[in-house]
Order: sequence, then C-alpha cells, then structure tokens
Amino acid sequence: MPNEAKAQHIYTVSEVTQDIKLILENTFAEIWVEGEISGISRIPTGTIFFNLKDNLSLLKCVVFPSYVSALKFELKDGLKAVIFGRISVYEKQGSYQLYAQKIEPRGIGSLQLALEQLKTKLEKEGLFSPQRKRAIPYLPSCIGIVTSLQGAAIRDILKVLDRRFKDIRVIINPARVQGEGAKEEIAQAILDLNRLNEEKSFAEKIEVMIVGRGGGSIEDLWAFNEEAVARAIYNSKIPVVSAVGHERDWTVADLVADLRAATPSVAAELVAPKKEDLQARLEELKSGINQAFLDFAQGLWDSLDEMAHRLTLRNPVQVLQQYLDKAGDLVKQINLRMSHLIKLRESEFLKSAQNLSSLSPLNILSRGYSITFKTPEGIIVKDAKSLKNGDTIKTRLHKGEIISQVTEVN
Amino acid sequence: MAEIRFEEALKKLEKIVGDLEQGNLSLDEALKKYQEGIELSRVCSQRLESAKKKIDVLMKNKKGEFELKPLDKEKLEE
Repeated sequence: MPNEAKAQHIYTVSEVTQDIKLILENTFAEIWVEGEISGISRIPTGTIFFNLKDNLSLLKCVVFPSYVSALKFELKDGLKAVIFGRISVYEKQGSYQLYAQKIEPRGIGSLQLALEQLKTKLEKEGLFSPQRKRAIPYLPSCIGIVTSLQGAAIRDILKVLDRRFKDIRVIINPARVQGEGAKEEIAQAILDLNRLNEEKSFAEKIEVMIVGRGGGSIEDLWAFNEEAVARAIYNSKIPVVSAVGHERDWTVADLVADLRAATPSVAAELVAPKKEDLQARLEELKSGINQAFLDFAQGLWDSLDEMAHRLTLRNPVQVLQQYLDKAGDLVKQINLRMSHLIKLRESEFLKSAQNLSSLSPLNILSRGYSITFKTPEGIIVKDAKSLKNGDTIKTRLHKGEIISQVTEVN
Repeated sequence: MAEIRFEEALKKLEKIVGDLEQGNLSLDEALKKYQEGIELSRVCSQRLESAKKKIDVLMKNKKGEFELKPLDKEKLEE
C-alpha cells in the first residue's frame, strides 16, 4: 500500500548499502574462513581476486598487494585454505566479499593456525600490552625458576648465576617442559611460586622468575605457545622472564612475559647483576658520601673563618686601639716637629743677639769715637753751644775717661 | 629502612651524595642526609654480603603443602 511507504523510512540504495556494510563489518571484523580456492585473477596493481567455495556456497575474496607480499606460498586453484580477514561490501557492485589478510594452507599449518588464533585473541585481551610489562628488579633477593631438572636450561642458568652473583638465593619449581601435561605443569609451577611468595617476608620474596627451557623443535617448544601457560605468566604477580631456547620466532610465552630472553643463559644474565660491579659502585658511593660531607663541613668552616675575620675588623675595641695608635703617632710627630722648631728659633736668636751687640755705643768707642757728658749733670753733649767757658766735661773713651775744663766754645 | 629494595637504596644513596656535593644545604639537613646515606650504604652492603647461597627445589607433600629441599646438584649432571 502506497500510504505505508510514506509512514516508513525510505532508504536510498546507497543508504541501505552503507547500513549493510556496517553490519557486515561489525559482525565479521576478524574471521577465519575455510574453503577451496578457485577462479584466481590478478590485476596489474597486484591485487588478487578469487572465490572460496565449499559444496554449497561461494565467497568472493580480495587480497590487497600489501597482504599479497606477506604470503609465504603461491595461491593455486583447488587449494584448500583457511583465510583470515574481514567481510565488507563493494558498494558499486552491491556485493560482499572477504578482504583477506592471511591465508594458511589447510592441513599443513593447522598448528600455526591455532597459534595465530590464540595470538589474536590474547593480543585483543591486552596480554601482550607493553604497558603491562613490569620492571625486572636490579638485585632480586630471590630468583624463581620454572623448568625441567632434566634439561640443559637449569644447568646453564645456574652456571651463569654462579659466575655473576655466587650466593644469590634460588628456588626451582620443576616442571615438565614438553610432551603431555607440560603446559599444565608449567602453569601450575608459576602459580605455586606466587603462592609460596605470599608466605614469605619482604626480604625473602621471590622478586623475579625465569620460565623456560633449552632449544628444540617447534613441537618441543609448543607448551610455551599454549594458552594455559600464557595466562599463568599474565596472572603471575612475580615478574617473568621468558627463556625459551630458540632465537627466531617468539612463542606466546615470550609475548606475554615481562622480558624475553633468547636463551636460558641470557635470562640468568638479565636477572642477576655482577656482584663485583655492585660492590665497586657501593664503595664509590660510600667514599663519595664521606668526601661530600667533609667538603661540606670544610665549606662551613671556611665561611665561619671568613665571618670571624670580618667581625674582628668591626670590633669596637680594635677600632679604638687603631685610633689610639694613630693619636700616639701624631703626638710623636708633633714632639719631633716642636724640637726642630725650638732649635731653629734658638739659632736665630743667637744670631740676632750678636747683631745687637755690634750696635752698642760702647762698641763704637772702640773704633776711636768718644762720648762727652756735661758734669755733674751727666747729659750727653751734642751741641757745643750747650756749654760755656769754665764748664767741666767728662769724655768717655774706649778705655778710660778724661775730665776737662771748657776754655773756648765756637 | 629494612623494607627497601637494593636498587632503590642505591638510587637514594646516589641522590644524597649528589645533594651533599651541591652544598647548598643547612648543617641540619646535611647531617640528616649524611646519616641517612650512611644507613643506606650499610643496608646495601648487608644485602650484598649477607646473601647465603642456597638453591632449593619446591615440592609438595602428600597434604599438598609446600616443602623446600636443597637441590641435589649431582642429579643435574646426569
């Protein structure tokens, strides 16, 4: 009925296609699909198209060049395969297809396939997250080891520990590392070391554990690719160093562990520092702290000395003494100058006295001059008119006197 | 002071030496740091020297209780 169409939302083709695409992408974001490959075609850009079939259905598949280059084998019609990818919609054709990211040949790589699935799952759960990785202690008070007592790994680890830090404490929790029951034993051993640790005092705690085994075939190492082991490592409160003896591919245990060592020997080196190195460093710090403190104290003494010195300069007694000294100096100088001055004045006086005596009238007499006095008055006669005949005069010579009577006045 | 990890103690000690070398501390602070440093170095030495070599194997008895037994090294050489 046309009225019903009005009441409902009417999609455009693009809208409904978009919605379908969203639904498919959300539902099949990461899936594995098994089937037989057929109808392979390549286009010049490198993209490969093919169909994946079983006896009832067909799924179109696309492999983009970046994934093509990662393929370890060549795609061929008729090959049974398991394909990992996402389902999406090619809007222009209105067709859904599998955008393949990984292709495993069926049968040959089933172990590998399981591993990939597990890795994907654990990765999604965050078991491999770098943020989760814990620091390995520098000098663990006790090291835990989970491995077989029969393998080469335990000997290698103990040998290295003995060389680097002879008397470090070790607790081994033995576990089978290959074959039936290995994964359960390894997981249990990791759990038990954690439980044992709960009873231990701080100074005795297991601070790191090595979980691993020596090298072997991929099947021998398989226990370390098992989910149980991965989860036990993840749940361990004690940091874990994985040591699965093979350098190439990483096992799942390696991916979950806080630190991955390529071999058990390397793991031992990573958890145990060299004792001599630590001793040397500690000695260095010990003398460093003593020297630093002595220097510090010396610095205090020096500044104390300097302050004391500066204080002395401002001591009032000292200042007074300085003034007294200065005053004393001045008095001495004054005395010295005064005596000079007095001597100078004395000699000047003597000279003047001599000059004075040469001016005495008596001295003139010695040169033949004489002085005449009127007697008895004793007045010096300077004018003849002051005298008259008959007056008595006295003449003073250089030596002696003459008494005479005036007979004539001119 | 007893519940300190070796590397923490070593790091603290390094910092104290650095602080003292800087020299801009009061006498009280310097004395305190010095004492703390000496104590830390004592703890570190103790950790280094007091470790007694001991390698045990963890076992469970019939009751499921943990038991630690010394490692028989001879067995390893087999």
